[in-house]
Amino acid sequence: MDWMKIGWALLLVLMILALLPRAKAMMTDSPKAQPGDWNAVLLPILGVVAFVMLLITLVR
Amino acid sequence: MNRLDYSVARPAESGLAVNKVIKNTYMLLSMTLLFSALTAAVSVVVQMPPMTHLLSLGGAILLMWFVLPRTANSSTGLWVVFAITGLLGFGLGPMLSYYLNMPNGPQIVATALGGTGIIFMGISGYALTTRKDFSFMGGFLVAGLLVVLVVMLANIFLSMPALSLALSAAVIMLMSGFILYDTSRMIHGGENNYILMTISLYMSIYNIFVHLLHLLGALSGDD
Repeated sequence: MDWMKIGWALLLVLMILALLPRAKAMMTDSPKAQPGDWNAVLLPILGVVAFVMLLITLVR
Repeated sequence: MNRLDYSVARPAESGLAVNKVIKNTYMLLSMTLLFSALTAAVSVVVQMPPMTHLLSLGGAILLMWFVLPRTANSSTGLWVVFAITGLLGFGLGPMLSYYLNMPNGPQIVATALGGTGIIFMGISGYALTTRKDFSFMGGFLVAGLLVVLVVMLANIFLSMPALSLALSAAVIMLMSGFILYDTSRMIHGGENNYILMTISLYMSIYNIFVHLLHLLGALSGDD
């Protein structure tokens, strides 16, 4: 259905436009990461990646 | 002596306030999740058409942008949260019906549901036990979200299945990051409004579920 595609595209454009000013503010106002901070993020995210891969093998 | 008393009492008071926000957020979050499961079940039973997803999401986003910010500090905000999550749940109906009609559909839906719960509990548990401040992630997460939205927009017209799967994987990682960020904001007093915090966590859970379902459905070998 083409009009559904147009509807989704419109919704996404509106979301991008609404997010843009907030994104700019957050990118400039966010505190800088300290050494080791990103390692603390990497651990749970890698855990999620491994878990999702496990789920995929379970449903195959 | 009075000054000393205040210095001792203030951190305790702020700790209590933070605990109250955490408790209220998780309570409201569990109620909204149950409510959206109910509305999703209704939507599956009455077999809503595919456009329901787009219309419900559009309605929920309008409520989030224009009504919630004005009502979040009053009890009306609770009704708005239930309206938003109810609409989002109702919108899931056609998608759930599609997956449930696949040969191993019930297994895929149950795996996505359980998987989402485990990811949320694991990430939240990690943020709550380490009590690390993840506020530095804000800029990165919102920039990532913008990139994902722009690529999603492009893929509506490109219709590349591989790109769609890559986007789902990226959304799951991004939303996991948002759960870390939001839980950390809650612990460190960055957000004191449990209604806004509930919606923020709910959206992460909703997106993880939808995209995990997409990944599992596409890679199960029956899609």
